[in-house]
Amino acid sequence: MSEGALPPTVTVEMAEEQPASGPRRMVLNMGPQHPSTHGVLRLRLELDGETVVRCQPDIGYLHTGIEKEFEVKTYQQAVTLTDRVDYLAPLSNNLCYCLAVEKLLGLEMPPQAQWMRVMLTELTRLNSHLVWLGTHALDIGAMSVFLYCFREREDILRIFEMFSGQRMMTSYFRIGGLALEPPRGWERRVKDFIDRFPGCVDEYEDLLTNNRIWIGRTRGVGAIPLEDMLDLGVTGPMLRAAGLPMDARKDEPYSSYELFDFAVPTRTESDVYARYQVRVEEMRQSARIVRQALDGMPAGPWKADAPHVVLPDREKMKTQMEALIYHFKIVTEGFRVPEGEVYQTIESPRGELGFYVVSDGSAMPYRVHMRTPSFGNLQATSKMTEGALIADVIASIGSMDFVLGDVDR
Amino acid sequence: MLPDSLQDRGVALAVEAFDSGAVQGGKFDRGEVTLEIAPARIASVCGYLKYDQKFVRLSSVTAVDRHPAEPRFEVVYHLHSVERKLRVRLKCRLPGGDPVIESVTSVWRAAGWYEREAFDLFGIRFTGHPDLRRIMLPDDWEGHPLRKDYPVTGSRV
Repeated sequence: MSEGALPPTVTVEMAEEQPASGPRRMVLNMGPQHPSTHGVLRLRLELDGETVVRCQPDIGYLHTGIEKEFEVKTYQQAVTLTDRVDYLAPLSNNLCYCLAVEKLLGLEMPPQAQWMRVMLTELTRLNSHLVWLGTHALDIGAMSVFLYCFREREDILRIFEMFSGQRMMTSYFRIGGLALEPPRGWERRVKDFIDRFPGCVDEYEDLLTNNRIWIGRTRGVGAIPLEDMLDLGVTGPMLRAAGLPMDARKDEPYSSYELFDFAVPTRTESDVYARYQVRVEEMRQSARIVRQALDGMPAGPWKADAPHVVLPDREKMKTQMEALIYHFKIVTEGFRVPEGEVYQTIESPRGELGFYVVSDGSAMPYRVHMRTPSFGNLQATSKMTEGALIADVIASIGSMDFVLGDVDR
Repeated sequence: MLPDSLQDRGVALAVEAFDSGAVQGGKFDRGEVTLEIAPARIASVCGYLKYDQKFVRLSSVTAVDRHPAEPRFEVVYHLHSVERKLRVRLKCRLPGGDPVIESVTSVWRAAGWYEREAFDLFGIRFTGHPDLRRIMLPDDWEGHPLRKDYPVTGSRV
């Protein structure tokens, strides 16, 4: 560069609509590669100084066409696709999809399969909430919480690995029951964890609940009135932090949740701090459910008595001609599902997860639509951030706990 | 006229009483109520269900492509009443040539992104939508991938 040359200029995009007088508004692209978005979300912010005037979320960077993929997989194969939607809560997705197809088939699950599903989805909720708490605190500047949370998360992932052979993409629930027999010694592993876990939640709370910086960054931030939330389609902990105890586990119990004793925590402040309180309390409640499932786990079969859907035991397959034929048919061509359509919802860690499955009577789904909680919740971003400071955008979107795979599908 | 399976369903009777021409069919199957609504009446029926029948939540809006049958598209709405612990599914059938339906964004803002998604992936246009553009795919994408005549694999030459 010759002496006296100008430095490379930085171009700043200005907003199209400008106020009649006063400072001009600039546009800031937050993302798609911004650390606090936990994935690839782009927020187009129009700023007046440090105040956000307008916020437009731009999604789709992780769109993989999973719903199209469903249409060329047999029903059982498609279970593996559901893991990859909300990759922090794969078992919740497995469960919702399996329940939907089982509803179409009219299959009844034996008690052990139901209880095992409850126990593992609650561990999934803990797993998901731990990732949320760790990264949310990290965004706001509390580094150490992350290390504590991932310590416990590792234990949960090891439990998943013990059950399914996989840490994250478990696909452990299958249509008609579980993928494998529960492994020997699982009770001790789960008991070790659940005995320790409530003490760990106390530790997180010691770090954050009365922390002045934490309170300063979260209280009164990102609040939305309950009516707006309902109108915008927000569900899950965010809605409960606004005061509405809507929880599919209580309202529309599935997989024998009605047999478990747990509370649905709510707050009324509807701010980032209230969402934190709700999720922390949910962790304690989930631990209670896991404890009850562990203590009362029924004996008996772990898959349904439906030979045309569920693969036979290895021994039966080797000794009975009929079982061998079923095995061959299920593996090569899948099973046919009666014509119809169902919409099955469950309470995923993020809110209402719904699978709309349409069958035309063949062995592959005709159409599967996933009503994912992150997609619904993310619509509230503009409402939550407009008028707030840019630094609070980070706290607000962290409190939504979305997963971009779940948004874009 | 309501089909027999819906004669004892309160929601179905209420919608029928509100606008007898709106309900074109439906069924009660596997514990779920489905009402087929005339496409032209969808926004008014949704408004009635929200304000008079307490269906404060719109769970989702999506579509199903019945290609090559006609009418080709079904637009499917899942409504939820938190207070009544009740869900209902509304369905509108649209022709394949030019699938257009009135937007329900004026009833629930939640419909905004769901309708954009149906527009993006199925090519269904929602009139009165404040910001109808693609949401998942790039703006210059050609075609609508969730249509049945859109290939699953392969690349454009």
